Amino acid sequence: MITAGIDMGAKNVKVVILKDDKILSRSLTPGRFDQKAAAEKAFNEALQKAGLSHDDIEHVVATGAGKDVAPYANGEISMMGADALGGAFLFPSARTVIDVGAEEGRAVKCDEKGRMVDFVINERCAAGAGTFVEAMSRALEVKLEEIGPLSLKAERAVPMNAQCTIFAESEVVSLIHAKTPKADISRAIHDAIADRIASMTRRLGIQRDVVLVGGVAKNSGFIEALKRALGVDLLVPDEPEFVGALGAALSPTRRIGECEK
Amino acid sequence: MSKEYWRWPEYRRTLPDKDWKAAKIVTGGVDIGSVSSKAVIITDGELYAYSIMRTGSSSPDSAQKAMDWALEGTGMKLDNIQYTVGTGYGRVNVPFANRAITEIACHARGANYIWGPTVRTVLDMGGQDCKAIHCDERGKVTAFLMNDKCAAGTGRGMEVFADLLSVPIEEVGPMSLSVEKEPEPVSSTCVVFAKSEAVGLLRKGWPKDMVLAAFCSAMASRISELLEKIKVEKDFVITGGIAKNIGVVKRLEEIIGFKALPMKEQFDPMIAGGIGAALFAKALYEREHQAA
Repeated sequence: MITAGIDMGAKNVKVVILKDDKILSRSLTPGRFDQKAAAEKAFNEALQKAGLSHDDIEHVVATGAGKDVAPYANGEISMMGADALGGAFLFPSARTVIDVGAEEGRAVKCDEKGRMVDFVINERCAAGAGTFVEAMSRALEVKLEEIGPLSLKAERAVPMNAQCTIFAESEVVSLIHAKTPKADISRAIHDAIADRIASMTRRLGIQRDVVLVGGVAKNSGFIEALKRALGVDLLVPDEPEFVGALGAALSPTRRIGECEK
Repeated sequence: MSKEYWRWPEYRRTLPDKDWKAAKIVTGGVDIGSVSSKAVIITDGELYAYSIMRTGSSSPDSAQKAMDWALEGTGMKLDNIQYTVGTGYGRVNVPFANRAITEIACHARGANYIWGPTVRTVLDMGGQDCKAIHCDERGKVTAFLMNDKCAAGTGRGMEVFADLLSVPIEEVGPMSLSVEKEPEPVSSTCVVFAKSEAVGLLRKGWPKDMVLAAFCSAMASRISELLEKIKVEKDFVITGGIAKNIGVVKRLEEIIGFKALPMKEQFDPMIAGGIGAALFAKALYEREHQAA
């Protein structure tokens, strides 16, 4: 069976096409301004990469914050359900999947079949999401791709007092004025968001193995900071931002989520 | 440099028809907030002069500048001030202060002075925090609640929006009230998310006044949570910079079903903490000198 998952994220739309549990193609399009158009583009690109036409796809399952406006979809699954399925598919030993996206952070507890058991979510505060790191990279005047690796060069752990993204921006500026090395500031930034994600995850209870997914999981500085904050090792897949779309694409064969056909 | 729409007016003022030289006791209150610094001089317990300016990167410098500016043109020197109390976020960094007292106590004391002994609830809407304070008929704090962790519901959030929409911050309130129909509020939990929602609304073609209405309403709803927790008791007053934003104040009054006492012309609501500090300074000076 050929299925597709469309993850309508706050920043990017991700599409995964799957044939009998094998990934045929992936595609990502920025979708902050027009999610629907971005989804159409990503979907058609993924089809092209896989050498398929729309008719070849039996199920198109949408997930993510904008799943209600997803084109082509004939089914849907919650973001937490998709995280659990995708995380456990890649790492069968996964019992906790942490997903840190652009505007949300989630932790999902799952069973050995990748079924969601429980979850916690932060969608109300930017300080626990990728937006925080983006804002800090602007304040620090370091490119987003470079801020994580830079934090790994820190010599000292500088505390960050501000919890709020807006207040943290001013604090970063003050730290720069105080001649704090940018690597140390960068570590403070990653420790700050990692602390938020760790305390959210602790509300759920940390059950190993712990998998980290979502766009922020591409940031090496964040991975290290979260390992420190949680005190456990983390399993991080390649292309972690596609795990939600992967989970959505897996859902028809696992009979999880809602499909019309 | 492009226009800084968030920049609220800094100013100083000497109250008319007052001669400080005739006063027995001259005291000062310096309120170093995270966003604004205020210096207040009172003579025999009555407001004489004050200044309001942006807090700089150094609290001691900001304190010095604010006080120098309050003194400007009065003929008074710092030495003529017999006792000074520092308050606010930077209160321990006021070099010439004799004592430091929390801004919570000072706002309650200042509100009691400005509006009288009937004040029971003071809402201080500051630059980086928001406090709801209960006080007794002498302006003594009996309870308080505070949000200082998050920019939602603070002046900083308002500055972000003034900049985003290129509307001078003093015009935000009136402009937000010019809408015909009140829109749904944007996020009241996070200024960053509220901002990205606002960008989306502008792209959809919403006019500025509608977007500002949606933000002022989000801010009012956030602040109302604090007041609901502490329970508003009459009389209710508002201090701090946002007290001057009619767009937030009107919507807040609507939500809580309570009206705040109107602002008083001679008392800028931003100086309530500074007045309280200067009044504490007078009481402390008198106590020390009686004892001596």
